[in-house]
Amino acid sequence: MVQSLDRLKESPSQTAGPYAHIGLTPNFSGISGVYESDLGVAMVNEKTKGERIAVKIRVIDGSGTPLKDAVVEIWQADAAGLYNSPSEMRGAADPNFTGWGRQATDMATGECLFETVKPGRMPFPDGRLMAPHITIWIVARGINIGLHTRMYFGDEEAANAEDPVLARIEHRVRVATLIAPRDGDTYTFDIHLQGERETVFLDI
Amino acid sequence: MTERMSNRRPETGAFFRRDLNAHPPAYAPIYKTSVLRSPRRALLSLDGTLSEITGPVFGHNILGELDNDLIHNFAKPGESAIGPRIIVYGKVLDERGKGVSGALLEFWQANAGGRYRHKKEGYIAALDPNFGGCGRTITDEDGSYAFRTIQPGPYPWPNGPNDWRPAHIHFSIFGHGFAQRLITQMYFEGDPMIWQCPIVRTIPDRAAIERLVAALDMEATIPMDARAYKFDIVLRGRRSSLFENRLEGN
Ligand SMILES: [Fe+2]
Repeated sequence: MVQSLDRLKESPSQTAGPYAHIGLTPNFSGISGVYESDLGVAMVNEKTKGERIAVKIRVIDGSGTPLKDAVVEIWQADAAGLYNSPSEMRGAADPNFTGWGRQATDMATGECLFETVKPGRMPFPDGRLMAPHITIWIVARGINIGLHTRMYFGDEEAANAEDPVLARIEHRVRVATLIAPRDGDTYTFDIHLQGERETVFLDI
Repeated sequence: MTERMSNRRPETGAFFRRDLNAHPPAYAPIYKTSVLRSPRRALLSLDGTLSEITGPVFGHNILGELDNDLIHNFAKPGESAIGPRIIVYGKVLDERGKGVSGALLEFWQANAGGRYRHKKEGYIAALDPNFGGCGRTITDEDGSYAFRTIQPGPYPWPNGPNDWRPAHIHFSIFGHGFAQRLITQMYFEGDPMIWQCPIVRTIPDRAAIERLVAALDMEATIPMDARAYKFDIVLRGRRSSLFENRLEGN
């Protein structure tokens, strides 16, 4: 025998279930008067620095049907590439930008829309720059453990080409699953849970 | 959001690898909805980058006075929700056993009859006009939290022909880094329905399931008022860089 490392084990995940809206977006689900507003609905205000964009996300199941009961969270840097987080040691992020958003997918269309700013670049642990990206986390009924992925920007070809995370994707044909095309100020990102176009999900 | 936490030094290390064998697999056919909603290809493994090591942190300013009291936060003035009154308390810890301060916990549940207040809910059990079913709180300096609610009822759900969920409370937890993000469920000591539930049984390991079962704690009970259940939650631990620039995170 040797000494114990005294480690605990992470609590196991369980699905968010069909009624996650009650806890995560109660006003959206029709429970009003408990919280003033749903957390994460507003990421920006009139003083937020950077280029305003909208990000339209759908989560699509293996039959091609968009999920109408998912909750999507995004986390991103500000326009200067800084995170609004106590663990951000490189400088102070824009105080008018939360960096975090949460939306339920629409019960009719399966879409959700985030009004945000385009993030700046920041270094990978080895110092190389990552391309601008948004971190995405998805939960829903039938998803047993929250899914992590990233959205990159279709109009950042040069930065995407040198991104150290995209470079890790062995099957190059799958890189496109992480890149959202731009139309006006809106980026559209379809996340495929499985099938031919299955999105690259991350174990991070 | 921008409220800096306490006088602790911020932690900036990457997180311990997630032991996916102690979590349910994405594809678990006993839980039918997972079949078409499960990624089938290998995940891309990454050591944490700034995007996952950082995460949103919420200040106490977001909390309303009754946010941690589900018995009253939806009830009409002077009324309260129906059901066995309970206190749920515990700590949010990381895998190194340290309390996680300033962690936002959100919880939601069915009422005492097993009915959710939701458009898509079809169970015949009655709604309680004084019960909404959501609450939230933020952990103290040492990771402790507590809230008051009623014990939810079990409910049937469409999966197999006669599947019932054990009584449970859903929890969403934010640590200090986005990689720690977790949603799970709390079950109640002694409930025989736990071991029959396909969703519980998506977790492959019995010991891991037991970590989601809250213990009845008569010592924390308020006599003549509410029983207490203790439920600790463990988030991923963070590596400390013992011999890099400085000793941090300890
Ligand atoms: Fe539930």
